[in-house]
Amino acid sequence: MSDHQDAVLEVNHVHRDDVGARMGMWLFLLTEVLLFGGLFLVYAVYRYQYPDQFRIAGMELNTSIGTLNTIILLTSSLTVAISIAAIQKGNKLLSVIMLSLTLVMAFMFLVNKFFEWETKFSHGIIPGSKEMTSKPNGQILFYGLYFVMTGLHALHVIIGMIILAFMLVFVIRNKITEGNYVKLENSGLYWHLVDLIWIFLFPLFYLVQ
Amino acid sequence: MANGTIAMTDLPVPKAEKSFFEQSTNKHSGILSWLLTTDHKRIGLMYMFGIISFFLVGAIIGLLMRLELLSPGGKIFSAQTYNSLFTLHGVIMIFLFIIPGIPAIFGNFFLPIQIGARDVAFPRLNLLSWYVYIVGAILALTSLFLPGGPIDTGWTFYIPYSVRSGSNVSLAIFAAFILGFSSILTGINFVTTTHRLRAPGMSFFKMPLFVWATYATAWIQIIATPVIAITILLVIIERAFGVGIFDPALGGDPVLYQHMFWIYSHPAVYIMILPAMGVVSEIIPTFARRTIFGYKQIAYSSLAIAFIGYLVWGHHMFSSGQSDTSNWIFSLLTFLVALPSGVKIFNWVATMYKGSIDPQPPFLWVMSFIVLFSIGGLTGLVLGALATDIHLTDTYFVVAHFHYVMFGGTGTIFIAAFHYWFPKMFGKMYNLKFAKIAVVTYFIGFNMLYFPKFIMGYLGMPRRYYDYLPMYTPYQRISTYGSWILVSTLFFIVGYFIHAYFRGKKATSNPWGGVTLEWHIPSPPPVENFKVIPVITHDPYDFSQLKEMKDE
Amino acid sequence: MEANNKEQHIGYGTYILVWLSLLVFTSITVTVAGVNLGRYTLFIALLIAAIKSGLVINIFMHIKFDEPIFKVFIALSGFTLFIVFILTFFDILYR
Repeated sequence: MSDHQDAVLEVNHVHRDDVGARMGMWLFLLTEVLLFGGLFLVYAVYRYQYPDQFRIAGMELNTSIGTLNTIILLTSSLTVAISIAAIQKGNKLLSVIMLSLTLVMAFMFLVNKFFEWETKFSHGIIPGSKEMTSKPNGQILFYGLYFVMTGLHALHVIIGMIILAFMLVFVIRNKITEGNYVKLENSGLYWHLVDLIWIFLFPLFYLVQ
Repeated sequence: MANGTIAMTDLPVPKAEKSFFEQSTNKHSGILSWLLTTDHKRIGLMYMFGIISFFLVGAIIGLLMRLELLSPGGKIFSAQTYNSLFTLHGVIMIFLFIIPGIPAIFGNFFLPIQIGARDVAFPRLNLLSWYVYIVGAILALTSLFLPGGPIDTGWTFYIPYSVRSGSNVSLAIFAAFILGFSSILTGINFVTTTHRLRAPGMSFFKMPLFVWATYATAWIQIIATPVIAITILLVIIERAFGVGIFDPALGGDPVLYQHMFWIYSHPAVYIMILPAMGVVSEIIPTFARRTIFGYKQIAYSSLAIAFIGYLVWGHHMFSSGQSDTSNWIFSLLTFLVALPSGVKIFNWVATMYKGSIDPQPPFLWVMSFIVLFSIGGLTGLVLGALATDIHLTDTYFVVAHFHYVMFGGTGTIFIAAFHYWFPKMFGKMYNLKFAKIAVVTYFIGFNMLYFPKFIMGYLGMPRRYYDYLPMYTPYQRISTYGSWILVSTLFFIVGYFIHAYFRGKKATSNPWGGVTLEWHIPSPPPVENFKVIPVITHDPYDFSQLKEMKDE
Repeated sequence: MEANNKEQHIGYGTYILVWLSLLVFTSITVTVAGVNLGRYTLFIALLIAAIKSGLVINIFMHIKFDEPIFKVFIALSGFTLFIVFILTFFDILYR
C-alpha cells in the first residue's frame, strides 16, 4: 500500500455527519448538565437544611453585578446565535463581528466576576479563612457553594472563550463556511449551555431574599 | 442511515486484503501507526494491553492481601500498608479494569463491526479517550510514589476520613476523575455510533444483543459519570480550601457525600455487568445453534437494568444514618432490579433448551458465569433486605457478594469474551484443551477463595482488617489457597493466549459457527471492516444464514 | 452531504425577539425577588428560570427544529436528574 492510499483510508474513517456531530455535542452537554446537577443537588439539600442562614448570606451578594452579568451573558448568547445564522446565510463579516462581540462580552463577564470575588475576599470571605469558619454553618456552606459553583461556571466561560476564539479564526480563514458550519454550531451550543447554567445560578445565589 | 454508506467507489481495492495488523491506518508505520491510529480495532487492542496489565497488577495485590491473611497475627504487612493495599486493589480493579474492561476492548472492536459500520462515530475522540485513560492510570500510579504515601481510604473515598487522611488522596482521586472523562467520551461515542452508523436494514431490533447492552451501558456512562466527577472535585476542593461542603465540622453532611458517591457508583456496577450480559447473549446462541429466546425481552431488560440501576444507590447506605423512609424505598427498588436480571438468566437457559449444544471453551466459561453470577445475585438480595443487611454490613459477606458478581460475573465473562473473540481478533486459535482445564481450575480456585468469605462474614468477620481472630483461621486458609489456584489460572490463561498468538494455528473466519456480522468477515479483520457495507435482512441470531455463509 | 443540513434556519428577528423576552423575564425575576412572597419566592424564581431555559434550549439551541431524538435524550437526562433529587430528598426530608 502506498502512503497515498492509506491517507484515503483515514479520510474515509473520519467521515462527515453533521447530525452525528451535533448528537455527540448534545450528549456531552448532558454530561455537563448532570455535573452541575450534582452541585444543584448539594445546594438544594443545604438550602433546605439552613434556609435562614442562606437568606442572610445571600443578602451579602451584589444583586446589581449579578443582574448585569446575566444581561451580558444573555446578550452574548444572542450574538453567538446570530453569528451562526449569519454564516448559514453566507454573511461572513456579520458572523465575525458577532463572534468578536461574544468574546468581548465573555471577557466583561469575567472582569465583573473578578471584581465581585475580589470584594468578597477583601471582606474576609475566603474559603477556609478564620473569619469564614467563625460564621454559622449555613453561611459557610452558602459561600462554599457560591465559590465552587460560580467558580466552576467561570471556568466554563473561560473554556468557552477559548473555543469561540478558535472558531473566530476558523471563520476568518474560511474553515467554517456556509456549507460547513457544524463546528461553529457545536461551539454555540456549548456557549448557550454556559448561559443556561447561569440562568439557574443567578436566582439561586443573587436573589435569595 | 445513508451516512454509513459513504463513497466506496473511489476507494482503491487492494489485491490481497491485509489485516488491520499489517496495514497501517495512517501515514505512519511501526509504533506510531498504533499510537496515532484512529482505527477502532487498533484502539481496542491498545486498551487491551493497558487493561490486562492493570488487571494482573490488581490480582497480584489481591494475592498479597490473601498472603497477609494466611494466618492470624499480621506478620507480613503493617496495618497502614494493608489499608493502602486494599484501596489500591479496589481502585485499580474498579477504575482501571472492570469499568473500561469489556466496553473499551470488545465494545471498541466489535460494536462497529456488529452494526455493519466502518468505525465509531468519532474515531479521533476514541483515540483521545484512550490517551485520557492512560493519563489517568499514570496519575494513579504516580500517587503511589509521592511523599504522603499511597491512598488509604478504601476505594469509596468516604468523607470525613478522605479529607483528614495525610496520604495522597487528592492526586489519586483526581486520577479517578480523569478516568471518568475517558469513560464519558467512550459512552458518547458509542451512543452516537449506534444511532448514526447502523448498516442499512439494521433496525434497532436487528442489532445483536451485545450492541444493545453496550448501548445501554454507554447511557449509564453518560448520565452517571458526571456525578462522580463533581463529587470527586468537591472532595479535592474540600482538601485544598476547606470550603466545608462535606466537612461535618463546618456544617457539611458526610451522608450527602455517600449519596453523591453512590449515585454514580451504583449505576457503575451496571456499567460493569451489562456489557458482560451482552457477551453472554452472544455466546449462548452461537454454541446452542439456536436463535436467542426472547430477543426483545433481553434487549429491553438491558434498558430496564440501566434505568432501575439508577434508582437503588441507597442500598449501600442502610447503616449510614439515612432516613428509614429512604431505607425501605431503596430496599424495595433493589428487589426490582432482580426482575430484569432474572429475565435474562431465564432467557439464556431457555435458549439452551433443546439446542444443539457444542461445549467449546467460551460456552463453558459462560456456564461458569451463570453459576457464579447467580450465587452473587442471590446473595445480593440477602444484602438488599434491610433486616439481614444490618447484620452483614461491612463484613466479608459483602466482599464475597461483590466479588461473585463483579469477578465471577464480569471478570469471568471478560475471560469468556477473549475465548470467544480471540480467533477473530488475532486470526489464531488457542489450545482448546488448555482452555477447558482453565475453566475447571478457575471455578475451583474462585469458589475456594470467595465462598469461605460468605461464611466468615456471616460469623461476623469485618472487611478491611489486616488481622483476625484465630476462630477464622481454617476459612482464611482455604481462601488463601484458593487465591493461589485462581491467580495461577489467570497467568496460565494469559500464557496460552500469548502462545496462541505466536504459535497458534490459523483460525478460520468463522470457527464457532456464529452468524453476527463479525463472523462474515476475515480473521483478523481487514482495515476496512466491510468492502461493501452490508444490507441487513436477517435477524441477528438467524442460523439459517450459516449455509449461505459457507457458500460465500 | 448537504442533505445533512436539513434543519431550518432561524432568522435574526426571532433571535432578537427571544433575547428581548429573556431580558424581560430577567427584570421580572429581579423585581419579584424584592417582594416578600414567602414560600413562593423560590418557586417563582425557579419557574422563571425554567421558562428562560426553555427559550434558550428551543430557539437558541435549535432543539425545536432539530432531530426529535435529541428531545428524547434531554428528557431522559432531565427525568433522571429529577428522580435523583426526589430519592435524595426522601432521606433529607424524613431524617
